[in-house]
Amino acid sequence: MKQDLLGLKDLSAQQIKNILSHAADMKKVVLSDSKKIPNLQGKTVVNLFYENSTRTRMSFELAAKYMSANAANISSSGSSVAKGETLIDTAETLDVMGTDILVMRHNMSGAPHLIAPVIKASVINAGDGMNEHPTQALLDIFTMIEHKGHIEGLKVAIIGDISHSRVVRSNIHGLTKLGAEVSLGGPATLMPKDIDKMGVKVFNNVQEAIIDADVVMGLRIQLERQKKGLFPSVREYFRFFGVDESRLRLAKPDAILMHPGPVNRGVELSTSVIDGDKSVITEQVTNGVAVRMAVMDMLINGGF
Amino acid sequence: MKILIKNGHVIDPANGIDGVTDIYIEDGIIAEIGKNDDLDGVENIQVIDAKGMIVAPGLVDMHVHLREPGQEYKEDIETGTRAAVYGGVTSVACMPNTEPVCDNETVVRYIKERAKEVGYANVFPVGAISKGLEGQYLAEIGEMVFSGAVAVTDDGKPVENSALMRRAMQYSDMFDITVISHCEDMALGEGDMNEGAVATEMGLRGISPAAEEVMAARDILVAESINCRVHIAHISTKNTVELIRQAKKRGVKVTCETCPHYFSLTDEACRGFNTNAKMNPPLRTAEDVLAIKEGLKDGTIDCIVTDHAPHHPDEKECEFGYAKNGIVGLETSLGLGIKYLVKEGYLTMSQLIEKMSKNPSEVLGIAKGTLSTGHSADVVIFDPQKAWTVDVKELHSKSKNSPFDGFELYGKPEYVLVNGKVVINSGELMK
Repeated sequence: MKQDLLGLKDLSAQQIKNILSHAADMKKVVLSDSKKIPNLQGKTVVNLFYENSTRTRMSFELAAKYMSANAANISSSGSSVAKGETLIDTAETLDVMGTDILVMRHNMSGAPHLIAPVIKASVINAGDGMNEHPTQALLDIFTMIEHKGHIEGLKVAIIGDISHSRVVRSNIHGLTKLGAEVSLGGPATLMPKDIDKMGVKVFNNVQEAIIDADVVMGLRIQLERQKKGLFPSVREYFRFFGVDESRLRLAKPDAILMHPGPVNRGVELSTSVIDGDKSVITEQVTNGVAVRMAVMDMLINGGF
Repeated sequence: MKILIKNGHVIDPANGIDGVTDIYIEDGIIAEIGKNDDLDGVENIQVIDAKGMIVAPGLVDMHVHLREPGQEYKEDIETGTRAAVYGGVTSVACMPNTEPVCDNETVVRYIKERAKEVGYANVFPVGAISKGLEGQYLAEIGEMVFSGAVAVTDDGKPVENSALMRRAMQYSDMFDITVISHCEDMALGEGDMNEGAVATEMGLRGISPAAEEVMAARDILVAESINCRVHIAHISTKNTVELIRQAKKRGVKVTCETCPHYFSLTDEACRGFNTNAKMNPPLRTAEDVLAIKEGLKDGTIDCIVTDHAPHHPDEKECEFGYAKNGIVGLETSLGLGIKYLVKEGYLTMSQLIEKMSKNPSEVLGIAKGTLSTGHSADVVIFDPQKAWTVDVKELHSKSKNSPFDGFELYGKPEYVLVNGKVVINSGELMK
């Protein structure tokens, strides 16, 4: 039976820990002088991206190559997708070309869940609509553990556009399974109904969400949300909901600042905190490669 | 041709009949209701033994998408009415969102003629309120009525312009037909499924119940202000039920309908990105389901309709956000009504039949939904204790988009008569 990674919703706490533990080994490879291990020798990884992406796509591609896999990329504008082929047909076509792992990003929630049951390749969800982005949350949690040593009992504040964020949903699943306390902060217009039922606290006042946090995570604000009237202006957004030095001081003194990227400087985070000593944003990127290596290795060689 | 339906439990809410008796049918017309043991010398008579079964007026489904003309790849008049009779539905009112739109007498006539040629059930076309369903100008409502349209609606979308809605009600009133309102505030209604914990967790865009309620409130108030009638389509929320309940108390000429999925399923059915649970209005919460059942029980909700909305597999086996809204329902509505309303004690069998035959006939002003003598014999006969399991592959609609696959229901029709002709015999279509 092949295994997929569609979301952290589907993983147990132990499975998450297994991935994180393996990622620690993989990070040594990423940081070494000789970034080549044979674990995916002869295997093929295809990145199928229906949305623009720099870091996630590159991260998966390098992770595959560091493990000696064949890696190929498809984006929606340069393929039959643009000719109106259905998602299932596209995925089946790639499947029968000898794909072992299909990494997929799609603008629609549930798209990888549609594909996974109908193809032989293992599917990794690299972000589906507003639903999940499991490898992002895994790298976030991995980074938290590197700095804090554990997840249980940590207070994690996630600030920004909660409604449209797949990162937040995956983090909620992962962090709550591992025993963290999650607080969400952001404007009511970007806070989805009943999200507290996922076991988190909800604040419209970001200061309250940040108080005593061990981890503060900013989420990207997509600027087109303003055009839909979800907030009045970028300036007002930053004034009330942006994370700057004074707000970050409400967190614990040794708190870390995270962001999945790409950052809008001066919108969700001030430039001073992005470049400040609490920021671990660039470490997250390195850890992303390690986590994705771990996930792909485990999907092919034995499971989570 | 003579038919005698013997020993059945006859339910005819229009005439207050609810007991074991016989029905004698001659030349397609109900000739007599009452014990009839004297068949000596009667020749060429078919006797149907309905012992242990319910004998009721054929069901009238006033909200069906037959898709013809224009979208025959989903359904057509032949397959849609075939599914209908398998479900005990002997009359359907078909929605005008065809291609071309049923907004003129030519299309109304076409549908009626096709139904005469290939239909298994009676077909009553519903015309559009506005030309092309565009919400701009009134369609030729008078001409459509004169050629056989029984109501008007822009179903599938709302009439956003309140003044146009008002004029539609005034104009339709002259021709003694009802405006059926699809209640949806389009801006509030943008989304994939009901707003709430399930949508939030799945990362799907939530549709506020207020999208339905604000338009229901508007149409009630508009109708009240001009003393015209309005029929609110496919209601799904607790507050819509309450709005209509209060309006009826004030004497507003408002009627309404709900669908089996709104009293049997919640938004939980969408889990796993199940596109067969995607519809508009969306499946709501358990609290709404309870309110719908209460509304049916206290008479606030007049009719049960299917909103039978066939879609091709390609339109459902896709990303949830891209999937079309709607489900097929003609073959499961009676079974769902028995299971979730009668067996749960919300309605008596007679009340269920009333909401599935007599009441919709009255809203549409058609001579259906009764077993009165002199009426054409549209009859459904079923055993409400007999369980059957829904297998979507076995449905007789061209499309199989049902969320009820594997459900155990009751009362699959054994016999169905349309205009005195047996079309379903022992559960099978007569050739």
